[in-house]
Amino acid sequence: MAADVSTRPTEPEATSSPGRERWLAAARSPTLIAGLLILAFWIVCALFGAGITPRDPYADDLLATLLPPSAAHWFGTDQLGRDIFSRVIVGARDILIVAPLATLLGTALGTALGLCIGYFRGALDEVISRIIEALQALPLVIVALMALAAVGTSNTSVVLVIGFVFTPLIARTVRAAVLNETDLDYVAAARLRGDGALAIMFIEILPNVLPIATVEMTVRLGYAIFFVASLSFIGFGIQPPSADWGIAIAENYSLIGSYWWTVLFDAGATASLVIGVNLVTDGLAGVLDA
Amino acid sequence: MRDRQEKSPATDSAARADALRFEDVSVTYRSGRHDRRVLTGVSLAIRRGESYGLVGESGCGKSTAAFAAIRYLARNGRVSGGRIWVDGRDLMALSQAELRRLRTESVSMVYQDPGRALNPALRIERQMMEVFEVAEGMSGDRARSRAREMLARVQIGSPDRVLRNYPHELSGGMQQRVIIAMALSTSPALLILDEPTTGLDATVEAEVLDLVATLRAEFNNSILFISHSLPVIARMCDRVGVLYAGELVEEGPVSRVFHAPRHPYTVGLMRCVPRYGLHKSQGRLETIPGFLPAPGSITDRCVFVTRCANATERCAHEVPPPIVQEGHVARCFYPDRAAQLPRQSLQDSAALSTGAAADAAGSAGAAPLLRAEHLSKTYLVSGKPFHAVHDVALELWPGETLGLVGESGSGKSSLAKLLLGLSVPDEGSAIELCGDALPARAEDRTRGQLKALQIIFQNPGAALNRSQTVRRLIGRSLRLVGLSAAAQEVRLREIAASVRLTLRHLEEKPRQLSGGLKQRVGIARAFAGGPGVVVCDEPTSALDVSVQSAILNLLVDLQAERQVSYLFISHDLNVVHYLSDRIAVLYLGRLMEIGPSEKVFAGPHHPYTEALLSANPSLEEHGVQRIRLRGELPSASNLPTGCVFHTRCPRKIGAVCEREEPPFALAGEGHAIRCHIPAAELGRSARAANRPKEPR
Repeated sequence: MAADVSTRPTEPEATSSPGRERWLAAARSPTLIAGLLILAFWIVCALFGAGITPRDPYADDLLATLLPPSAAHWFGTDQLGRDIFSRVIVGARDILIVAPLATLLGTALGTALGLCIGYFRGALDEVISRIIEALQALPLVIVALMALAAVGTSNTSVVLVIGFVFTPLIARTVRAAVLNETDLDYVAAARLRGDGALAIMFIEILPNVLPIATVEMTVRLGYAIFFVASLSFIGFGIQPPSADWGIAIAENYSLIGSYWWTVLFDAGATASLVIGVNLVTDGLAGVLDA
Repeated sequence: MRDRQEKSPATDSAARADALRFEDVSVTYRSGRHDRRVLTGVSLAIRRGESYGLVGESGCGKSTAAFAAIRYLARNGRVSGGRIWVDGRDLMALSQAELRRLRTESVSMVYQDPGRALNPALRIERQMMEVFEVAEGMSGDRARSRAREMLARVQIGSPDRVLRNYPHELSGGMQQRVIIAMALSTSPALLILDEPTTGLDATVEAEVLDLVATLRAEFNNSILFISHSLPVIARMCDRVGVLYAGELVEEGPVSRVFHAPRHPYTVGLMRCVPRYGLHKSQGRLETIPGFLPAPGSITDRCVFVTRCANATERCAHEVPPPIVQEGHVARCFYPDRAAQLPRQSLQDSAALSTGAAADAAGSAGAAPLLRAEHLSKTYLVSGKPFHAVHDVALELWPGETLGLVGESGSGKSSLAKLLLGLSVPDEGSAIELCGDALPARAEDRTRGQLKALQIIFQNPGAALNRSQTVRRLIGRSLRLVGLSAAAQEVRLREIAASVRLTLRHLEEKPRQLSGGLKQRVGIARAFAGGPGVVVCDEPTSALDVSVQSAILNLLVDLQAERQVSYLFISHDLNVVHYLSDRIAVLYLGRLMEIGPSEKVFAGPHHPYTEALLSANPSLEEHGVQRIRLRGELPSASNLPTGCVFHTRCPRKIGAVCEREEPPFALAGEGHAIRCHIPAAELGRSARAANRPKEPR
């Protein structure tokens, strides 16, 4: 016989407050905690980087160029003799401003758009959904590159461009969640007490799709970090003299054969940040059941 | 026959053993860091060929017992005490391989939701053949012919067609037949049926139950029949066990348990079910006061003590032992007093008489409150018109309850949505409120019109926004009235109190409330604006019987206090009869019969109404022949010509039924029936005349 797992009885439902239960579950999730620790480390670096570096990350020392890692320079030095360890710590700053802001912008716009097309459905949904699908067919980095080439690159334009590029992706996810919600009777009840479309979308439905939007946001944050690093690498993202990791990799990748430390630590920092964000995503998805 | 010969070489001792035996079985679930005991010391035995019913409300451990019987508990559950034997074998001592063999050969299980028990991606043929291939090692052709044979035995008319179908192409009743066929394929010693008809319509349920009864006589296997419905258990089983909070509180032969119950919980449960033909003017429904305790939380006293009117000092300090009297077991110190459990109904008769008076005054009033004419709704489903509601006319008078009955797909909920303005009717439809035309869309209605027409939804879980507190849920609806903040708070508390919610509940979110409490919030919301008409869309079908009776009492009280009219939709005829003053019967979106409820129940009735009444499960035997509808509900996108009911009508008179749509004929004051057979002849009921039924 086919076994239907979902009809099997599980433990009786607890009656304590749902909010508290969620935090307890969060506190017990090892993925979430590991991710948050990694993230917290880089946030501290971004906030207080200049104060905690052992050396001045911007100071050249032409007598000490391309030194391998040692007690004096933990991660070695680059072509200009700058201390890579200090630069990696300071390099967290720009990417941790640009990527989250871009993600936040994309999430806000995407959630609003997703709510609208999911609630109104019909022709509006058809048209916008097809446009979103068409956009998804294009490689996002190319789209962003073209846009940045057109408007000129700066931290603000990177935030805006990535935000807009993410909007349709998030709108799609939110739309699917909204479609499920609008079928529930509480939406009918709201219509029957005369609530307008805006009130139903933002007061009734939004809180229920917020967990899904939040998880989607953290997924996008991981991509955004990678995205910003890629743009910086090809010169369209964060601009020198920032100690940004992407820029450092771009400047040094030709030396990787002999001077691996000039690339490895920046690349590792980027990777650890992405991994940290993804761990948070997984943990949150479990806690919010989204 | 051949099945039994293949299986019979069992040893004498095994043959003597029971099909299923629980000895002092306890099951615990681990949740967080706590163990919760959901089944406590359950002992029962199902003899060979016996049908054993397990009854109780949700959360009492019925399904847990079933899953324990096949050692298939959820991952966080385990059998923490006692022993279980299935088909003479000690279940806990079996290896994984032996367990697998036992599950393929000796036990089969049928679940509540047939749609989810079948694999949607595979044809029925593949799924059924697999049973024979795996269990009996048959090859393709033989397995296929056996599958066809099994389908024929569960009375499927065209097994070849069904074999080629995918599950979604079959109706719920048909799917459940296929599953029963699969379950019986291996001639299991024990068949476990877990609420097998709960998701089905009454007419289909009656058919499936008939089938199970027939097959049982044919296959002679033992059955563990789990149901929340007492009438179903009474019909299907030889013996019954009543579970309460994980304990088997009463057990015995069905005839004895249901006619002379010896545990107060059983008595309460039986009194909760509205009796056949009971009306609100005759008395309130009994309820079981209080709440089900958390499973495993009570270990040092009787589990039922907090809700028992018979309880004494002793019940609060000692655990009652099972007291046996002629095979009838009750875990109660005072089994002989159970039948004298005090009733609560007499105290409130004052409210009732005023309610009844209001009804009478209401129907004598001048104008109907709500009126619909030529109400139709046609959807386009892949280019074809689908008539969800067709040319319905009805009136709702102040203070009255109009019951709306019909199978699923008959258009009950579609009709309600049209009236409420949640979906837009076809051109030519007219809805009037107090004589004024009502805009089709809720968005176009005035505050006053919105306020006047409200709804209580079927599923309180989906009807309440899970992110809002009860205070907010009710409060937002109160804004329609337009009160100051202070006045609104007073009103909110008053409404909450009138649906028996306490102040503590106001700060909680729906997830923290039980189903019954959620539905009270739904009722409070509907009543917040002071409505004239409340549509009740199966408001109790998702609730347990003891909770159902409390909600129905509440609806009656609110109607008496506030003079509202109800449009009460339900598939449960006893419930509809209890609450309704008039009843309308829908079939395929068309009104087939409408009239005062006692007339609709007593007859003459439309043949469809007659079939519905006959399928209605009831604890009392009617002593009349059962009428069963043949065939499937036709699709509303491909309607039969003439009378839409002629394809299933047991009383079809001839070609006229296929050719002409019958007009409404008056069968008494305010009682209209849409049938070609004259009312006088309809009155000589097919049941009374004991006429042989012909399917065609």
